[in-house]
Amino acid sequence: MTVMPQDTAPTAPQQLVVVGGGMVARRLIDALRARDEAGAWAVTLLAEEPRAPYDRVALTSYFTGREPEDLALGGQELWDDPLVTLRRGVRAERIDRDARTVTTSTGQVLDYDALVLATGSYAAVPPVPGKDLRGAFVYRTIDDVADLREFVERRREELDRPVRGAVVGGGLLGLEAAGALRALEVDATVVEFAPRLMPLQVDDGGGAALKRLIEGLGVSVRTSTATAKIVGDRGAVSRMKFSEGPSLDVDVVVFAVGVRPRDELARDAGLEVGERGGVVVDDACATADPAIWAIGEVACIGGRCLGLVAPGYTMAEIVADRLLGGAGTFPGADLSTKLKLLGVDVASFGDAFAEEPGSLEVVISDPVAGVYKKLVMSDDAKTLRGGILVGDASAYSSLRPMVGRELGGDPAAHLLPEGSAPAPAGDLPDDAAVCSCNNVTAGEIRCAVGEGGCTDLAGVKACTLAGTSCGSCLPLVKKLVTTELEAAGVEVSRALCEHFELSRAELFDVVRVQGLTTFSEIVERHGSGRGCDICRPVVGSILASLGTGHILDGERATLQDTNDFVMANLQKDGSYSVVPRIPGGEVTPEGLIAIGEVARDFGLYTKITGGQRVDLFGARIDQLPAIWRRLVDAGFESGHAYGKSLRTVKSCVGSTWCRFGVQDSVGLAIDLELRYRGLRSPHKIKLGVSGCARECAEARGKDVGVIATDNGWNVYVGGNGGFTPRHARLLAEDLDTETLVRTIDRFLMYYIRTADRLQRTAPWVEEHEGGLDAIRAVVLDDSLGIAEDLDAAMAAHVGRYEDEWAATLADPDKLARFAPFVNAPEAVDDSLAYVGERGQARPATPDERSSGSVLIAGTTLEVRS
Amino acid sequence: MTATLPTTEVRVCALVELVPERGSVALVGGEQVAIVRTHDDSVHAVANRDPYSGAQVIARGLVGTRGDAPTVTSPMYKQVWDLRSGACLEAAGEEPVPLRTWSVRVVDGDVLVST
Ligand code: SRM
Ligand SMILES: Cc1cc2nc3c(=O)[nH]c(=O)nc-3n(C[C@H](O)[C@H](O)[C@H](O)COP(=O)(O)OP(=O)(O)OC[C@H]3O[C@@H](n4cnc5c(N)ncnc54)[C@H](O)[C@@H]3O)c2cc1C
Ligand code: SF4
Ligand code: FES
Repeated sequence: MTVMPQDTAPTAPQQLVVVGGGMVARRLIDALRARDEAGAWAVTLLAEEPRAPYDRVALTSYFTGREPEDLALGGQELWDDPLVTLRRGVRAERIDRDARTVTTSTGQVLDYDALVLATGSYAAVPPVPGKDLRGAFVYRTIDDVADLREFVERRREELDRPVRGAVVGGGLLGLEAAGALRALEVDATVVEFAPRLMPLQVDDGGGAALKRLIEGLGVSVRTSTATAKIVGDRGAVSRMKFSEGPSLDVDVVVFAVGVRPRDELARDAGLEVGERGGVVVDDACATADPAIWAIGEVACIGGRCLGLVAPGYTMAEIVADRLLGGAGTFPGADLSTKLKLLGVDVASFGDAFAEEPGSLEVVISDPVAGVYKKLVMSDDAKTLRGGILVGDASAYSSLRPMVGRELGGDPAAHLLPEGSAPAPAGDLPDDAAVCSCNNVTAGEIRCAVGEGGCTDLAGVKACTLAGTSCGSCLPLVKKLVTTELEAAGVEVSRALCEHFELSRAELFDVVRVQGLTTFSEIVERHGSGRGCDICRPVVGSILASLGTGHILDGERATLQDTNDFVMANLQKDGSYSVVPRIPGGEVTPEGLIAIGEVARDFGLYTKITGGQRVDLFGARIDQLPAIWRRLVDAGFESGHAYGKSLRTVKSCVGSTWCRFGVQDSVGLAIDLELRYRGLRSPHKIKLGVSGCARECAEARGKDVGVIATDNGWNVYVGGNGGFTPRHARLLAEDLDTETLVRTIDRFLMYYIRTADRLQRTAPWVEEHEGGLDAIRAVVLDDSLGIAEDLDAAMAAHVGRYEDEWAATLADPDKLARFAPFVNAPEAVDDSLAYVGERGQARPATPDERSSGSVLIAGTTLEVRS
Repeated sequence: MTATLPTTEVRVCALVELVPERGSVALVGGEQVAIVRTHDDSVHAVANRDPYSGAQVIARGLVGTRGDAPTVTSPMYKQVWDLRSGACLEAAGEEPVPLRTWSVRVVDGDVLVST
């Protein structure tokens, strides 16, 4: 009998126990909860790892500065669902099939109506002597990679020289592990038993190209080499011996030789396992026991276990469907892969080895450029059967869905570098799988745009899940979405607004290159009409970034939104707040007293901000110049709290006082704040400097975060608080101060030139083509050849800085604009009303105004001059 | 009733005192009126009170165009109005509320607002 929800009264949900908190289990529960509207099933997930399911595919990104939390899969909401119980750190120990119970490592016995095994795989360790020495690792879980990192960092300190490492296994996983070792600055060697790297995915030609590319990254490669023994020294790894050839001195070894299904629970319970392991299931993912299913890497389906996430997701969907009475079956697996190792593109898809009889191979090989590409075609050279791409896999996302279809034109044309190849997206059939991780077809993406009403890539990702796992399909998804929107008459231009067809980045370039300095010129040459609240501030900001003079000079005054126009922040009642700059949060007692006196004399509400300075609220527009005068005289200047520009450089106290500080964080923060003050940008920019790794300045929550190390400074970029919090990611390590400043200069200038309007650095980095790696290449290696230009632009900014408040105070024409009324310059705006609260003033509510209970008049106090 | 109400015109300032494409505030009959000189030197007068926030801030909004219409945007929550009619062209997710308008004439370089 198959377990079906209708077998019991609909009120009491049946119990589903899922063993193994991995990627596939998460997908199963997501799918079940999305479809089980009646609440027929209550789910308990037993997860041996101490955390909720995470993105194992992205494990290596842990080494590029991402935190374990960043790897979380999907939202927390699933775990808050009352019908879902997540038991972290709990292992299933035994299944009793007769009693239908599972016993856990905490001794609990859980009843089940249905049981799903999603226990994944073990990382295999070959039986070589020395495999258990300290310093030998596998590469499978967050804990594995965290242990690896910690070990390497400790060894580096102990040995006081670069750490040497080896990866056993030159497949997909081994190359990822080698990349991780490189990211840890370990001298790495990949040892592969087969005659070429990635033997399962690429042919000899591809393997040779790959070897050259990998060696170019500073990783040594030994193919046709069998590891015979690992020699230890005081219990730790010290040398590897091979069946032939010289031995290798190593401090750390990572085994990446393959995986072994974790089928022990099923074995012990008497369920059938495959010849090479794995729980045997039929094409419905059912075992011989009608209450037990197996999905993901542990399932032996069609006689084999599949080590990729996409087929696992398909199995999860099938079981969710079956639990609710459906009849889904496994359609077979797509074993296409794309390696996402830093700088090296490798992809293999379809019948990559031309195993089907009568196949033709089209090969392009360019050893100099490090590119090898092969398409496997049917004998009439029309239908694509598969392919291998090494060195440039840009065609992968568009070619993979074409497998089994007519390619059209000369096959070789599809192997030309990106841009010159025809884009098949437009005519891709509806049933072509575009995202294989999440099993999304071209038709489903079109439908999400058409009927689903999604209007952008983000919407389509959220609605179909396409592109949310490995991301390799994103270029194609994007192309489909754009094509579809265009077909539907939706404009997908990056036009700024109705007045400018150009994007902000394009506009920045034309203004810069043509040397335009006024809005009228710019809108006449490149736009139409007289602008609006979107394009005017953008042009204002671009002109300010390019250093065309005071923001209120001439016509530029008409581009500034009210905050920039009056150099203060508009509040809800129409009054303004004033924030003097306090670089690095360091302020003298006299400075504090001066600010306090200004606040007291003008009756301003006073608050310490989240940016380590003091905000004074409730100033009338006509009071602003007098307030600035007092502040400027006391040595303060504008803090640009109003500008899309540098806000603050937050700092901890650092080595000057803190017993743990290793560098002078306050000193650096002040230098940085003074360097970048007034720098106008697409959105506000915030920096932070911490004096040691304890990170009291929360620098990684900033656009640019600097953290002191024993040797200098680590710099992180793309952090954000706000609506979508992001931790900044590591850009460069152990920089001296001069290099650090140059690096930040370039990062900020590059951002200013190319980001969209109101795009903070976090989304900019995320959406930048090639992501952080590409930005690092521009900033550190000058990959675009613009570094000198960026440096010069920053030098110009630093050289021309002036305090906007002081400059305004010195200019009677500008001051005239602060008069409250054109026809009554002496009158006071009586629309402002305040009540007292906690000893200070706050705007009166409408009720308080109408009931006349307003206690404090507007801030009309006489002030001493 | 066919009698027309008596209207009076008050001079609020000289045209040259108004910065093109930037608003100013005039007190007219005790009310705050936003006076806006556009790029073509026409002058418009609309209520200075932003109906969405209740604050007297319309004159501080950005001036521009939408199609042929000269516009002002509230600096508070970014609603947009046609300066000629006071019609709300963009309500930013709220119910559209128009702004009161006053008629304006420029005579011999003086800006006159009808009350
Ligand atoms: C005053 C202050 C709150 C406080 O009392 O502490 C504040 C006040 C405002 N913040 Fe903030 N933010 C303040 C610190 C922060 C911080 C904390 C920080 O800087 O360490 C954050 C999160 C960090 C970040 O930016 O990533 C923060 C994230 C935001 C955001 C969200 C930005 C985002 O990327 O999502 C906005 C909205 C926006 O800018 O579009 C915002 C917008 C605002 C505005 C401008 C809203 C507005 O348009 O009126 C507020 C202006 C009030 C005023 O008149 O000064 N504020 N705001 C803080 C001023 C710091 C300073 O000294 O300059
Ligand atoms: C570094 C790396 C990179 C990869 N890159 C890719 C890629 O690019 N593309 C791709 O398709 N695939 C990739 N993979 C493979 C992919 O991660 C797996 O195919 C996928 O995670 C399998 O999912 P799963 O849920 O079946 O197993 P897992 O994700 O392994 O989850 C199984 C979970 O079950 C737990 N468990 C086991 N036994 C028990 C028990 N008795 N009780 C409780 N819990 C238990 C385990 O601790 C584990 O957390 C990569 C894998 C790694 C390690
Ligand atoms: S969190 Fe919101 S309410 Fe508080 S200061 Fe920032 S923007 Fe204003
Ligand atoms: S193919 Fe991996 S996310 Fe789409």
